[in-house]
Amino acid sequence: MTHLQELEAESIYVLREVAAQFERPAILFSGGKDSIVVTHLAHKAFYPARIPFPLVHIDTGHNFTETIDYRDALVEKLGARMIVGSVQDSIDTGRVREETGFNASRNRLQTTTLLDTIEKHRFDAAIGGARRDEEKARAKERFFSHRDEFGQWDPRNQRPELWDVYNGHKQPGEHFRVFPISNWTEMDVWQYILNERIEMPSIYFTHSRRVFFRDGQWLAAEPCMKLKPDETVEIREVRCRTIGDISCTGLTLSRAQSPEEIIEEIAASRVTERGSRTDDRRSETAMEERKIAGYF
Amino acid sequence: MEKGYLDMELLRFTTAGSVDDGKSTLIGRLLYDSKSIFEDQLEAVEAASRSRGGEEVNLALLTDGLRSEREQGITIDVAYRYFATPRRKFIIADTPGHIQYTRNMVTGASTADLAIILIDARNGVKEQTVRHSFIASMLGIGQVAVCVNKMDMADFSQRVFDDIVAAYKTLASKLGLHGVHFIPISAKLGDNVVERSANMPWYTGQTLIELLESAPIGKRLADAPVRMAVQSVIRPMSDRFHDYRGYAGRIASGVLKVGDPVTVYPGGRQSTVKAVNLGEADLQEAQAGESVAVQLTDDIDIGRGNLLACGIAPTVASELKLRICWFNERALTVGGKYIVRHTTCEVQGIVKSIDHRTDIETLHEEPAERLEMNDIAAVTLKTSAPLAFDPYKQNRTTGSVVFIDPSTLETVGAGIIL
Repeated sequence: MTHLQELEAESIYVLREVAAQFERPAILFSGGKDSIVVTHLAHKAFYPARIPFPLVHIDTGHNFTETIDYRDALVEKLGARMIVGSVQDSIDTGRVREETGFNASRNRLQTTTLLDTIEKHRFDAAIGGARRDEEKARAKERFFSHRDEFGQWDPRNQRPELWDVYNGHKQPGEHFRVFPISNWTEMDVWQYILNERIEMPSIYFTHSRRVFFRDGQWLAAEPCMKLKPDETVEIREVRCRTIGDISCTGLTLSRAQSPEEIIEEIAASRVTERGSRTDDRRSETAMEERKIAGYF
Repeated sequence: MEKGYLDMELLRFTTAGSVDDGKSTLIGRLLYDSKSIFEDQLEAVEAASRSRGGEEVNLALLTDGLRSEREQGITIDVAYRYFATPRRKFIIADTPGHIQYTRNMVTGASTADLAIILIDARNGVKEQTVRHSFIASMLGIGQVAVCVNKMDMADFSQRVFDDIVAAYKTLASKLGLHGVHFIPISAKLGDNVVERSANMPWYTGQTLIELLESAPIGKRLADAPVRMAVQSVIRPMSDRFHDYRGYAGRIASGVLKVGDPVTVYPGGRQSTVKAVNLGEADLQEAQAGESVAVQLTDDIDIGRGNLLACGIAPTVASELKLRICWFNERALTVGGKYIVRHTTCEVQGIVKSIDHRTDIETLHEEPAERLEMNDIAAVTLKTSAPLAFDPYKQNRTTGSVVFIDPSTLETVGAGIIL
């Protein structure tokens, strides 16, 4: 078996364990490449049956329109069920308070909306596309990651995972996050997208966009972004390396038009993909702190 | 573009050790010299090294994940690392090496094809070497790379290396370890890790990376009899696939072909493979490691927990001899009741006896009334229903069980079937 076949087989196995061990699982679908691959794997895992869980999208209200269009088309094609949790609703109902200032982001606010959505729909397993290679706190994440009643992660008290045995037993009120592509790297994801000819949102490929430069990276000049007096909008050829909320998605200057060209670009790259995420740059342990609070 | 990448193989290996052994430095060195470290990661590590008052970049910081670990300077859990060379992709299960983390080492070793055992050239074979080697042997790891580290602090002496090799060979034969390789290295300076050492011309064997790139993969057991535990039954019940019934599972061993006769355990009902599916594709055959959906010619009652098998039959029994590693602060006692998970099957289990506990630093076997966290022992287990299994030495998947505490629902122990 090639490494891609082995990774695929492992992920399909994990997705089938979720279907067998939980009553109300859901896929957290961000519209990013990792959740697209997870959804594709779920399609393969249960074919010719439909994917036996809904897709859940936590919408910050600051999404690229291309992401939303892609999401809606995919749901239509797979005949899947889609549930949207809205950060705007969480703000309007006073569950969270919008950050202010130039670096305001709705990324952190997503955690509350996510936990509220999990509670409302009584999901007992939330499947995500997180990978262990992305960030050092994720290197210790389990495939089946146990969360207490408050949705929190206790990194010192994780269940051991041996062989391919996953323990999804839980007390009432507790739930799990499940990460079927834990062992994939960014390179594996793009190689798989190429091999399987998975259609991707257009913003992953090069396009002209109105952008501005802040703290060493290019950001999209969308209406939700407030410019500082010395910042100017330019038009550049860019693509997204990760896709998140507009406020924290750094854009890469790139001419890559296809998965092949993206693979070449990654092979030559000397900066990790999370290096283009402003949310991780806030402190050395930013990701660990958000995960403990219940982030993806 | 790098065409080769598409059909690379995947090697999983484990490393056990403490900060003192230079384990984190070795992993940092592998990542750094294979150019798997990116600029932003290196900048973060440089900044962290400086803030701790160090002058040189501390490669060990690349692998110390959680904040509490960085503060205490210890590694407390299994962390997974990834890197690739043009020939292979690697997954490292990086585990702490102290005796109180035996359970973490067992966890990391459970999926490994190869184990790296680090020996400090100044100290030679110590208790912890025995411990790490015992775990590699117990978990059935087929390849061991003994890296004699810190050769720079032992004058790069061939005699020091040869003495350690001789001492280790005695240990390996006692443990029945096969496929042992010895490499003199300096993780700190990089000698014989990725770059060949100019300081040790007397060593002409493989560098560590050469060994990792060429070690045989696959305890995957393509030649062994077919075993596939059923995870679930796929029944679309749609107009187009009205009668479709696919048994979903990952093939643990063997090659399953369309037309093969299969037996379903427990129970022993027989049928024939009608089709093997992976997503929308129809396969003629599928091998160990693949996740597929299997259709049979007969409509028999099969569900999660059943085992599909061809060839030599598995053992079916409700009394098992196990070697277990205990993971939990609540001790295991004779008469203790647990949920026992074997492949996709769950039964109740009761511990009939603790046959002996093994001191994994001296290898002495001793009687025991109870098992504390990190203890390793042979036990006899009785299950509420018969299990279809193979000895662990023949099949890691059908030869292993996990213990779940029925009140806390935590994973509290792991067992291999003797």
